[in-house]
Amino acid sequence: MADKVLESTPDVLIDFDRSEQSDLRTEEMLVNMGPQHPSTHGVLRLVLRTDGEMVLEAIPHIGYLHRCAEKIGENLQPYQYIPYTDRMDYLAGMNNNQAFALAVERLCGVRVPPRGQAIRVIFAELNRIASHLVSLGCYGLDMGAFTPFLYCFREREMILDLFEAACGARLTYSYLTIGGAHDDLPDGWIDRCREFLDYFEPKIDDYNNLLSFNHIFVKRTGRVGIISLADAIAWGLTGPCLRASGIRWDLRKVLPYDGYEKYDFDVPIGRTGGSGEIPDGVAVGDSWSRYYVRMLEMTQSVRIIRQALDQLPPGDFRAPKCTNLKLPANEVYVEVENPRGQLGFLVVGDGSAIPSRVKARGPCFCNLSITTHVCRNVLLADVPAIIGSIDVVMGEVDR
Amino acid sequence: MAPEEICRLLKGRFGEAVEDTVLAVGHPYARIAADRWPEVAVFLRDDPRLGFNVLRCISALDLLSEEKLACVYDLYHVPLEQPTVLKTQTHEFAVRVVVDRSNPAIPSVAHVWPAADWHEREAYDLMGIEFSGHPDLRRILCPDDWNGHPLRKDYEFPLEYHDIPATTEFELTNPRH
Repeated sequence: MADKVLESTPDVLIDFDRSEQSDLRTEEMLVNMGPQHPSTHGVLRLVLRTDGEMVLEAIPHIGYLHRCAEKIGENLQPYQYIPYTDRMDYLAGMNNNQAFALAVERLCGVRVPPRGQAIRVIFAELNRIASHLVSLGCYGLDMGAFTPFLYCFREREMILDLFEAACGARLTYSYLTIGGAHDDLPDGWIDRCREFLDYFEPKIDDYNNLLSFNHIFVKRTGRVGIISLADAIAWGLTGPCLRASGIRWDLRKVLPYDGYEKYDFDVPIGRTGGSGEIPDGVAVGDSWSRYYVRMLEMTQSVRIIRQALDQLPPGDFRAPKCTNLKLPANEVYVEVENPRGQLGFLVVGDGSAIPSRVKARGPCFCNLSITTHVCRNVLLADVPAIIGSIDVVMGEVDR
Repeated sequence: MAPEEICRLLKGRFGEAVEDTVLAVGHPYARIAADRWPEVAVFLRDDPRLGFNVLRCISALDLLSEEKLACVYDLYHVPLEQPTVLKTQTHEFAVRVVVDRSNPAIPSVAHVWPAADWHEREAYDLMGIEFSGHPDLRRILCPDDWNGHPLRKDYEFPLEYHDIPATTEFELTNPRH
């Protein structure tokens, strides 16, 4: 029996020389990542040119969520367009409302009363915290850490409750509108907000212990996808992505709007590893820095909200007669500091009530355009780490 | 640097290429001749007095009554020396390049500011401006086989796309059946 087997084996014996060659042989392969890949945060499709585990080139394909919001803006009066801005960066509706309202106010010469400005600052900063919580939680999820995501969403839920109490909506608010805010703060809201801030501030240490300084997480994101300051400037990056590359640049300080100059806050930037609380193995401009800048920004937002609540002036929350505005034949370009970067609106009026052109400059659109440059010769597993740290919201990339 | 000074500087350096300067609007700009634009762009970026190192946005405009299309380039300066010191000021400026609707070609500035790459693709996709010398000029937001440029004022909405019928608002409010 044994002899028979031995006799028959030569036919099926593997030719080791050939198999070794075919194992070592590499060839380029195109891999579609998305549009439904969970770690691309929405409908982003990347075509990856891979060689084994290496990504030689990543080409983003966008537009799956395109609704031509700019064309809609040419058919509506500005106050009717506010709800459409909610749906651009749907994680930061308040900030989008504020950006468009500021552009129209500057075009029409509307002056927002001090209470309206303070309400705007409070809600913009609350929304910044809520947006960063989603960003941080999902980033942890991308890297295989499930728990921080649940904690982040628990706290975000409380912010959404505050928003719901003020305007009735939990995602698409349309609360900050032309001339100020749509309604005044409800009774007891200020105390509820203070309660939340007292509860929330110590939680940031929890996130840091759970995720930021977790050894595996630092290994996974440190020195991955480094964007130099020169590249960040050349590609027009803004927001945490730019600050992580080491420049203290924040539109709230450079070109203050809605009274941001009255508040005292710091602008966190990416720093080299090994100094202070920054762990070893991270570098300025890497994925970990982009993540951690957002973490630090939440503390600053809490500081701003506390000051705004303490100084909240009495009086009107909205300038009178802000619907049916006639837009003069003029144009403005206004940018504000959104959680993801600088959101800009170019509004061109022609003397009628409907603008002749509304152009939105989405921060994620510009931040995402550096993907091809950064995802060159990286490991496949690093691509989600890089995309997640850029923190894109496709609703605003595609508009 | 104030917009008046920037305009004076540009006029002194490029003369005829600066077709117009509009300072009275809320968004002061200089109109630059299309064929000289890349040269002016390099000057705007590299001149130490100007230093417009960031291209914030490219907005395409349809000037239907004048039979023209325009591109607005919004620029500002980010001081890069001592980056860790908090920045509290900048200077901004805008450039407008106007071309005929019959031949809407503008030289690309993607080699000057890489940020222009996607912005120019967007302007090409939605407004139909051809950027000559662009490294990869194809549609970015609409599908590759889309017809027309949706942000043009005379754009007609297609009634179907790949056998998918489109319904206009008029039909929704006035059903035929």
